[in-house]
Amino acid sequence: MIRLLSVRLLQAVLVMLAVAAIAFVMFRFVGDPVASMVREGATQAEKDALRVALGLDRPVLVQFGNFVGQVLTGDLGTSFRYQQPVTSLLLSRLPATLELVVVATVLALAVGIPLGVLCALKPNSFLSRLTQATTLVGISMPTFVTGLLLILIFAVNLRWLPSSGRGDLVDLGLWQTGFLSLSGLKSLILPSITLALFQLTLIMRLVRSEMIDVLSSDYIRFAFARGLPRAYIYRRLALRNALMPVVTVTGLQIGQLIAFAIVTETVFQWPGMGLLFTNAVGYPDVPVLAAYLLFVGFLFVMINMIADILYTFIDPRLRTR
Amino acid sequence: MTDTTTPVLDIRNLRVEYPLANGHTLTAVKDTDLLIRPGEIHALVGESGAGKTTVGNALMGLLQAPGKIVSGSITIAGKPVDLRTGRTEGIVPGRDVGAIFQDPMTSLNPLFTVESQLCEGMLAHLKLSSKEAKARALDLMRAVGIPEPERRLGSYPHQLSGGQRQRVVIATALACGPKLIVADEPTTALDVSVQAQILKLIRDLADERGVGVLLVTHNMGVVAEIADRVTIMQNGSVVESGSAREVLTAPKAAYARTLIAAVPPIETRLERLPVPSEETQGTLEARAAVRRKSTKSETGSRDDAVLSVRDLAVEYGGHSLFPGRKASVFKAVKGVSFDVRRGEIFGLVGESGCGKTTVANTIAGLVTQSSGTIDFLGTTLGARREKSIRQSLQMVFQDPYSALNPRLRINAAIAEPILFYKLASNAEEARQDAKTLLEAVGLPADAGARFSHAFSGGQRQRIAIARALGPRPSLLICDEPTSALDVSVQAQLLNLLKDLRDLAGLSMLFISHDLAVIRQMCDRIAVMKAGEIVELADTEALFTAPKHDYTKELLRLAPSLDRILSRQSALG
Repeated sequence: MIRLLSVRLLQAVLVMLAVAAIAFVMFRFVGDPVASMVREGATQAEKDALRVALGLDRPVLVQFGNFVGQVLTGDLGTSFRYQQPVTSLLLSRLPATLELVVVATVLALAVGIPLGVLCALKPNSFLSRLTQATTLVGISMPTFVTGLLLILIFAVNLRWLPSSGRGDLVDLGLWQTGFLSLSGLKSLILPSITLALFQLTLIMRLVRSEMIDVLSSDYIRFAFARGLPRAYIYRRLALRNALMPVVTVTGLQIGQLIAFAIVTETVFQWPGMGLLFTNAVGYPDVPVLAAYLLFVGFLFVMINMIADILYTFIDPRLRTR
Repeated sequence: MTDTTTPVLDIRNLRVEYPLANGHTLTAVKDTDLLIRPGEIHALVGESGAGKTTVGNALMGLLQAPGKIVSGSITIAGKPVDLRTGRTEGIVPGRDVGAIFQDPMTSLNPLFTVESQLCEGMLAHLKLSSKEAKARALDLMRAVGIPEPERRLGSYPHQLSGGQRQRVVIATALACGPKLIVADEPTTALDVSVQAQILKLIRDLADERGVGVLLVTHNMGVVAEIADRVTIMQNGSVVESGSAREVLTAPKAAYARTLIAAVPPIETRLERLPVPSEETQGTLEARAAVRRKSTKSETGSRDDAVLSVRDLAVEYGGHSLFPGRKASVFKAVKGVSFDVRRGEIFGLVGESGCGKTTVANTIAGLVTQSSGTIDFLGTTLGARREKSIRQSLQMVFQDPYSALNPRLRINAAIAEPILFYKLASNAEEARQDAKTLLEAVGLPADAGARFSHAFSGGQRQRIAIARALGPRPSLLICDEPTSALDVSVQAQLLNLLKDLRDLAGLSMLFISHDLAVIRQMCDRIAVMKAGEIVELADTEALFTAPKHDYTKELLRLAPSLDRILSRQSALG
């Protein structure tokens, strides 16, 4: 167990170093930082002085070392566009995205797993046919169409829910949450449904096919041969086996959502990291892009590691290896 | 205490049907009677598709969806089963009937402990408290002979060996004190030594607890070893039923006779195994054609080694993330040396995990050895092999179901390697070759236009052999070629392989765990244990005067029809 963890950690560090290298290359070669920082009409001597001050005259490896060191202390540079430290920019946007993603994921799991089980157990019932058909439509529609449709129905016509923004926020020091106010919660509903729909379909279909596989396995037949109650067999013996791949997929999906909630955030004018990123691409705000790259890499590495650890808890076969 | 008069199972006129999609019905079981008394082991024998497993499933209420009991009655321990629903509603599976499945590797849930799986039935049926259930689970673990039962209760299935798992399965089947146990091929997936132990355990349980056992099997040796009574089924009907001695020594029905005769004997070597249908004239002509093509310009006496393996060692694992530190290494093969001579069938025999398949895979180039050399036709084989070498070395795999590409027509599957090695000048010629090969392995020439799913297991294995013969190999590696097949089909295939050897001058490396099959097929044999060859000798010498203890042990434990029957008649 400890060996497994240490191997995983080492791998994570290697991956992060590779990502950092790419981010570093971006810094150096996408535009000249000196040119973008000096005032207009600066002399060559002034430029050189700035170059030395920034450490850009030193060997590449030393520069990379410095870069990694800075990143580790939380210094991700200064945004070209906002003239603010990138770290604080990211942190101010992070809560919005994280809250949206957490709600969407919980929604996808809470609805997707039971529906998947239902479709596996009663493939011919009306409800499972309806589910299969509607989720197919849901998955084939682009996110922005779903979002716009929801806005049209619930915000414009029915006027039940707000169409954009996060509503009233409660400040918890570093974190601004929308969970603690009614308008904040209301604002979460439409974007999280939009974001969850694709995930939900994926999880539903995955659970369904896994469950069908597991139900035809010998150990489930053996459980029936022992006359165990049906509900017990489905709920405890079969579902646990069927959920194994769901852990991996959910993990990866959470990463996907945080990193690429861009479309949904744009549709709902959600002040999250997706918007920050889209704006940075247009500008081009290189420090923000590099920081974003690092952040997304870090996220995926962490989530994968957590999924692996969860796996060993669910599957005893992995513990002894 | 145990009621010794009421039969634990009484089946009368059972008929099970499966409605098919085209409106017809398939009668899986018809007019079947079966009677089992307490303490009796009743073997239900037949080839695949005979309906023996359906009988077991029917009485446990496990029939697959469209299948249903149409008529007849089933009474378990005096209680009639409600047949209106096609289910055993009067009977609680698990409490009245215990089940033992074929493969202990898959019949236990990998995510739950032994204790959890043993106790759940008792909690559900006997309404025991979890403490009582645990105490009973401990007793059961002792009864089925699992060492360190306290510790093993907390184990997960993957931490147990195959034999131990099957013991746990048996304990689970016994958990609620059933009168009847349905054991469907309980030892087929196990090694002979483990098989002997499990059979003894089942016999003891029947004797001591008075449990009736319905033993579904295709293995006549197993039947001879423990069964009291035997029922032989063919195409859903009972063809013969009686005491094990009578049926096995003097079968009356013609089918029963052929079935028993097709069992390869371990005591003697037969030139050919008796099979119902022999080859036609067309087959013989086709074989002659194959022979003309296969005979190469190679000259050499029979004593020349076609293949020569020296000090072969294969290790798995051993790659560590940290340089300089060796991760745990599994030595699958530890220094094996042998020769395969021209025109010889060389046998490799051993229990699962002994490394025999690894040896075959290494020779075929599917695995790379860590040390040792393989010389084939005078060339030392390296990691990269010449096309001509790969052509001369072909392989037949164990499972005919997964060895053929389901999306290729049989003609195309056989012609593919012929074209690849440019043994035919065009596609038409390759197709003709494929046709000849199909006839040579005893299949109709028009079989080539179909896909593999249209064929039975035995036919598929014939196709696999035809495909392997296409590139005109010098050495054919057969890895358990018949262990997935029924005995009568096995007999036909073994005859076919022998014929091909005689006729095409083919050498073979023949791998099997079945000593009787090995005896029928091989000229010389190497016995493997834990990655090493413990004995290498001529077949007759090995079987009549084994030298190594392990060989003696294997021979002693192999279930044998004749030996058991002669022992029984000596006693009674």
